[in-house]
Amino acid sequence: MELVIIQYNAGNIQSVLYALERIGVTALVTYDPEKISSADKVIFPGVGEASSAMRYLKERSLDKLIVSLQQPVLGICLGMQLMCSYSEENDTDCLGIFSERVKQFVNRTSTGDILKVPQIGWNQINETKTELFANIPSNSYCYFVHGYYAAKGVDTIATANYGIEYSAALHKNNFYGTQFHPEKSALTGEKILSNFLSL
Amino acid sequence: MLTKRIIPCLDIKDGRTVKGINFENIRDAGDPVELGALYASQGADELVFLDITATNEKRKTLSALVNKIAHHINIPFTVGGGISSIEDVYTLLQNGADKISVNTSAFKNPSLIEALAKEFGSQCIVLAIDTKKEVDNNWYVYLNGGKIKTETLCTDWAKQGVDLGAGEILLTSMNNDGTKEGFALDITAALSTSLPVPVIASGGAGSIQHFEEVFLTAKADAALAASIFHFKEIEIPELKRNLQKKGISMRF
Repeated sequence: MELVIIQYNAGNIQSVLYALERIGVTALVTYDPEKISSADKVIFPGVGEASSAMRYLKERSLDKLIVSLQQPVLGICLGMQLMCSYSEENDTDCLGIFSERVKQFVNRTSTGDILKVPQIGWNQINETKTELFANIPSNSYCYFVHGYYAAKGVDTIATANYGIEYSAALHKNNFYGTQFHPEKSALTGEKILSNFLSL
Repeated sequence: MLTKRIIPCLDIKDGRTVKGINFENIRDAGDPVELGALYASQGADELVFLDITATNEKRKTLSALVNKIAHHINIPFTVGGGISSIEDVYTLLQNGADKISVNTSAFKNPSLIEALAKEFGSQCIVLAIDTKKEVDNNWYVYLNGGKIKTETLCTDWAKQGVDLGAGEILLTSMNNDGTKEGFALDITAALSTSLPVPVIASGGAGSIQHFEEVFLTAKADAALAASIFHFKEIEIPELKRNLQKKGISMRF
């Protein structure tokens, strides 16, 4: 199986690569359009800022390429957010694969308590759907680091709660996305990565 | 629900884990990669690796060690020690670090925080502050691993750091560090109830009750400890079970 990680200017690629190594899979890190198109599976990672990441993708025509992919694609964190329609982070139009919009966490909950932003740490995923979460019990803990979130919508396949209930994962056709970092979510995350590779 | 985090800290000197008392009298505490992997398997929520000699000896944090750690552990980890430029951070992230912490270099050049947050995002910039309560009852910022006192109040620097883009504060009380008499609850509470970002309390952990206090009384988002874990005085699973019983949300 040919597994490709899309290389671009948004962090954490090594972490994903090493996590895959731990479950016995080697991946090619590349921005070569041909290699991305011909891969069996594609991972679109990301930690960073939405507008500069989108600019980078557009400059290399990776935006059109990603949208056109037919094989299973997994976006992680910023990767997932970039696959949404729009992000409030510097008013950025994104790839539009998922119809959900990305919003900023507000520093206060509806009851007036202070909410630390970004959310950093382990939170539970609920209402899990699709084979991506096969054998992952609801309420499993995953590692999240984010100041923006995708609202709950038609593509939501897992939710999490941080002041508001939002999308912990999204799915449409061959595209999947997780807001949390499976590559950093201990055994639960490794299982989710394995599930993606088995799709 | 977001859990409180338990974070073992591995102070690194010449590639080995070490532990001192009140920042002095350093002794060997094992291989950092082995220890890190052990803690991850026991349920540690994150790890912090601090190259404690880096600033003084003007060395760069050992990227090779970071790379080895990244291959072996499946939870997030932060690397700190002697980081003073975008290039330093880029190298560490390339080698698999999830977050980096800055301390003295950021104090001397606050625009570094802003530049790093802009380049890599606030979520991977941890501002580490070493602080000491003086006879005037104020907490002051110390630099260079606790060797140099400044006239800046801890609360002022923390707020400025967050305004510049730090995504988390790692707060170490020098009065408490190594004493095993409990965390500094007052300064931890002052920061964690006023800042919009998570606060990691560090220094003084000696018992399960100390963790309970720092989460419930001082509202810390995470608690960091070193020697009690290294010398197996408290095991992480037992710690987390006990805290959960007290109503503190923990990951298992």
